[in-house]
Amino acid sequence: MGYNCVVLVKQVPDTKRITGQAMNEDGTVNRGALPAIFNPEDLNALELALEIKDRFGGTVTVVTMGLPAAATILRESLYRGADKAVLITDRGCAASDTLATSYIISCAVKKMDYDVVLCGRQAIDGDTAQVGPQLAEKLGIPQVTYIEELIDIKDGALTAKRNIGNGWQEVKAALPVLGTVIEEANYPRVGVGRKMMKYKKAMSPIEVAAQIAADNADASDDEKAKLAEAKCNSLKEKGLLIEQWDLDFLQADRQWCGRDGSPTKVHRIMSVVLEAKDSKEVQPDQGGIESMIHELIVEHTIG
Amino acid sequence: MIEVNKQGEVWVFAEQHASALEDVPVELLSKGRELADELGVKLGAVLIGDGVSGLCEMLGQYGADKVYLTENPHLEHYQTNTYTKVICQLIEEHKPQIVLYGATACGRDLAPRVASAAKAGLTADCTDLQIGHHEVKKTNTTYEKLLLQIRPAFGGNIIATIINYDRWPQMATVREGVMPMPEPNVANKAEVVKGDISISIDDMAIEILKEHRQKRKVNLKAARVIVAGGAGVGSKDNFKLIWDLAHCLGASPGATRAASDLGFIDGDHQIGQTGTTVRPSLYIAAGISGAIQHMAGMSDSKKIIAINNDPDAPIFGIAHYKIVGDLNVVIPMMINAIKEKV
Repeated sequence: MGYNCVVLVKQVPDTKRITGQAMNEDGTVNRGALPAIFNPEDLNALELALEIKDRFGGTVTVVTMGLPAAATILRESLYRGADKAVLITDRGCAASDTLATSYIISCAVKKMDYDVVLCGRQAIDGDTAQVGPQLAEKLGIPQVTYIEELIDIKDGALTAKRNIGNGWQEVKAALPVLGTVIEEANYPRVGVGRKMMKYKKAMSPIEVAAQIAADNADASDDEKAKLAEAKCNSLKEKGLLIEQWDLDFLQADRQWCGRDGSPTKVHRIMSVVLEAKDSKEVQPDQGGIESMIHELIVEHTIG
Repeated sequence: MIEVNKQGEVWVFAEQHASALEDVPVELLSKGRELADELGVKLGAVLIGDGVSGLCEMLGQYGADKVYLTENPHLEHYQTNTYTKVICQLIEEHKPQIVLYGATACGRDLAPRVASAAKAGLTADCTDLQIGHHEVKKTNTTYEKLLLQIRPAFGGNIIATIINYDRWPQMATVREGVMPMPEPNVANKAEVVKGDISISIDDMAIEILKEHRQKRKVNLKAARVIVAGGAGVGSKDNFKLIWDLAHCLGASPGATRAASDLGFIDGDHQIGQTGTTVRPSLYIAAGISGAIQHMAGMSDSKKIIAINNDPDAPIFGIAHYKIVGDLNVVIPMMINAIKEKV
């Protein structure tokens, strides 16, 4: 009994809280200066998976594709109750658009035993909401987008209420199924102290290698590799190793990954500079307001 | 994926529910008409459903040269898998160069599934589309007459122009309300091309148990004047000021996401990146600081009046009339001035 849930998460720059420090002098955003956060709706997806585990039993595996630093959100997922974490990282993933990203992630999910795949509706850096449906297509499973409430899972099918913008739908889909989750679905739980104490030591092999190199600067490459292997093995025994998969491990076809696998390319990027052509200050007194209203009436904007 | 095909048509997905056409395909037909004329190709509308052939005439009047009509009882309600199957087969057969979808809940569910199956590119939530060329310096190649897919990214802080030059069709979802609604031309008639794609119960991946759709209670897109309030209005009670000013101008009340999240007003009134995009003759922004996500949905207004007690509020950067002051004082003064003059 129980269901195996795979949750896709993404580390994103916090585009919603752009402060003065994150702006360049020319008024553009300095993306490097933005704090990296757990994509908000992915937290709702994780919460939904944890609710499924609480209700029906099963496992929760969290997967991210990104730079090695994205291990941070995998640890955060473990604090909240995920059982296992997988980091997909490879230079060959760079510059992937949504199509290439969904292909790479599909290679990883196909290696797992899953009943339900969940992800946030969209990530706040691109706001495309495309990877979920594209992944469902690549896995050949039905998709239920914009889940605001999980109603039940029974007899091999999931029923959920989805928000369709100007209303809602209750739908039923046979497992395995992919769902995208919206922020209205739930309030994500915070990390549990006991789990934080345990999983703050969780590391990916790349982080282990970096730590070994820093602590043993004088050691030869061979020695460092041996030390790293020993550390990884000991972490694995304790359930503290964040699995790290690259494109070779995934046996991904490189023509569908990264820049080559991405049909969309960036033609141009422009910073948003919003400006009014002619603007005037209006005094907040009777005279100022009356003359403004008079102008708007004369030019037939109002009245 | 299909090959680059310069003779390919421009297509618009004609989203309909219960045989009623949505606004966004009509908006897209007007833009699609421009694009097709510039490319010298035909404009097609893709109409899928059951008993929807009555919409063909209307699609023609709004500019479609052809309507690709697929009807089947299993297609009565939108479902991702069945509609994807139909569109993919049509793309395979007719090889359009551009396919456009509204960035609605339905369009954003459908288009990525089609893109994945067709192994084609897709750009989400475009706010503008143009035809242009792209140079690849490395190979010294210029690709002519591509679809420039223009969209805000990074929380609205940048505008990115996306292209796809090697794997077609070029596909995009387009935000509602960003393209003007065209006037119908009753003389225009579309050629109806009936598809014979077989859809069976086995293609239905999900079962719709219950559905509730409501017409939006407010139509901000059609409003000539909008009076919008932000978090700075302070409370639901105080939002009465916004309603009063709107009332005396015959305007529609609007709100920022912050104001609707705080419960000052129903979410239907929300303007911005999440919410409605508007372009009225006059936009009055009261107690709105001007988050980029809000301004993305209203900066095309012809005239903007901003009222805020913070002289550094970003909204003043796009305002035609800047009123630095307390909205609780300024709005009653405006109401008086309007009542006296009009």
